[in-house]
Amino acid sequence: MKSKVTLTVNGKERSAEVEPRTLLAELLRDHLGLTGTHVGCDTTQCGCCVVHVDGKAVKSCTMLAVQAAGKQVTTIEGLAKPDGTLHPMQEAFREHHGLQCGFCTPGMVMMAVDIARRRPGADEKTVREELEGNLCRCTGYQGIVEAILSVVNPGAVKDHHHA
Amino acid sequence: MHNFAYHAPASLDAALKLIGEKEDGKIIAGGMTLLPTLKQRLAAPSDLIDLAGLPDLRGVKKEGGHIVIGAMTTHYEVATSDVVKAAIPALAHLASIIGDPAVRHRGTIGGSLANSDPAADYPGAAMGLNATIVTNKRAIAAEDYFLGLFETALERDEIIVSVRFPIPEKAAYQKFRHPASGYAVAGVMVSKTGAQVRVGVTGAGPNAFRARDFEAALEKSFTAEAIKDVKMSPDSLLSDIHCSAEYRAHLVGVLARRAVAQA
Repeated sequence: MKSKVTLTVNGKERSAEVEPRTLLAELLRDHLGLTGTHVGCDTTQCGCCVVHVDGKAVKSCTMLAVQAAGKQVTTIEGLAKPDGTLHPMQEAFREHHGLQCGFCTPGMVMMAVDIARRRPGADEKTVREELEGNLCRCTGYQGIVEAILSVVNPGAVKDHHHA
Repeated sequence: MHNFAYHAPASLDAALKLIGEKEDGKIIAGGMTLLPTLKQRLAAPSDLIDLAGLPDLRGVKKEGGHIVIGAMTTHYEVATSDVVKAAIPALAHLASIIGDPAVRHRGTIGGSLANSDPAADYPGAAMGLNATIVTNKRAIAAEDYFLGLFETALERDEIIVSVRFPIPEKAAYQKFRHPASGYAVAGVMVSKTGAQVRVGVTGAGPNAFRARDFEAALEKSFTAEAIKDVKMSPDSLLSDIHCSAEYRAHLVGVLARRAVAQA
């Protein structure tokens, strides 16, 4: 039942033999070794598995690998520059203490980049609404929201860590 | 999830041929309900027929006094469509509060209507805006389309192609959103076109329905005041872990008044 799926991941063409039921998250983690994409709930709720497919944030636990054939997929591994320079959103998460245990972080950052694309200039309320499909169980969101605001709307940041 | 064969037809005819051949086949649109259902093994289709490769099923256009939305148009595309926002802003708003941003990038209007989840938003819009569901075979008025819990008038070899919404003079959607899932505990779409008022309710019953007592009162006077004493019977409404039928009946009244005030 396996078939070959070819897609572009982080700018490189990749192929794998997968079953029709293989999830995009499983393709990325188990077949391509890109374990930065996390699977938290596996029920489309927590957002730890968010990646970009053709430029849009999707939950990779709720998309089949075969549905990504021919598409452009970007994962957390594809954000930093090859020399290791962090993406501005990754840098903002570091600067504003937007992570603690780090489990939700890849999905948070991928969603944050998507929010920055769709909602430039967003206020704090909007950022919080936009994050409703991403759950963090330890930092409590304050640092995450500040990090995203510092990129999309720097004037709106009320930074508690750098008072 | 059980395994299945996957098909990505490139035309509606090819998709229909497959659904004719694969007795236990199932159509997949955005997959935002179907894939979680398969993961829980609540369904085990032999074949999945993916409509994502049919560009004719995607997009929004204005045709005379109607907005026509392709079945595979995503919630994000409806929410951000300038055509929808200009003609029926209540519909764009409804699409913008379904699920979460990642779900809105995949979920589709056709998938939502074909599934007819009692707590989904689009069925309320179809009822409240007097939509027509256009399939490969026929055009079905929303009123004739929703038959029960997850049950519609769609036949096995019938695929939704588009949804036609007449452009109302006024409309508004109000939803009591479950804080965790985003689904409608109850949702009400109110619209007014000339003397005719439609009140579509979702989330409250086994399927979307019209609240005719509210419509009659609002046709006399399109004000929140006009329906403050109109009561929704809890008799056929849902009771579940979230709330009782009586609570939902009360919510429908509150949401209908808010929607009228907002329209």
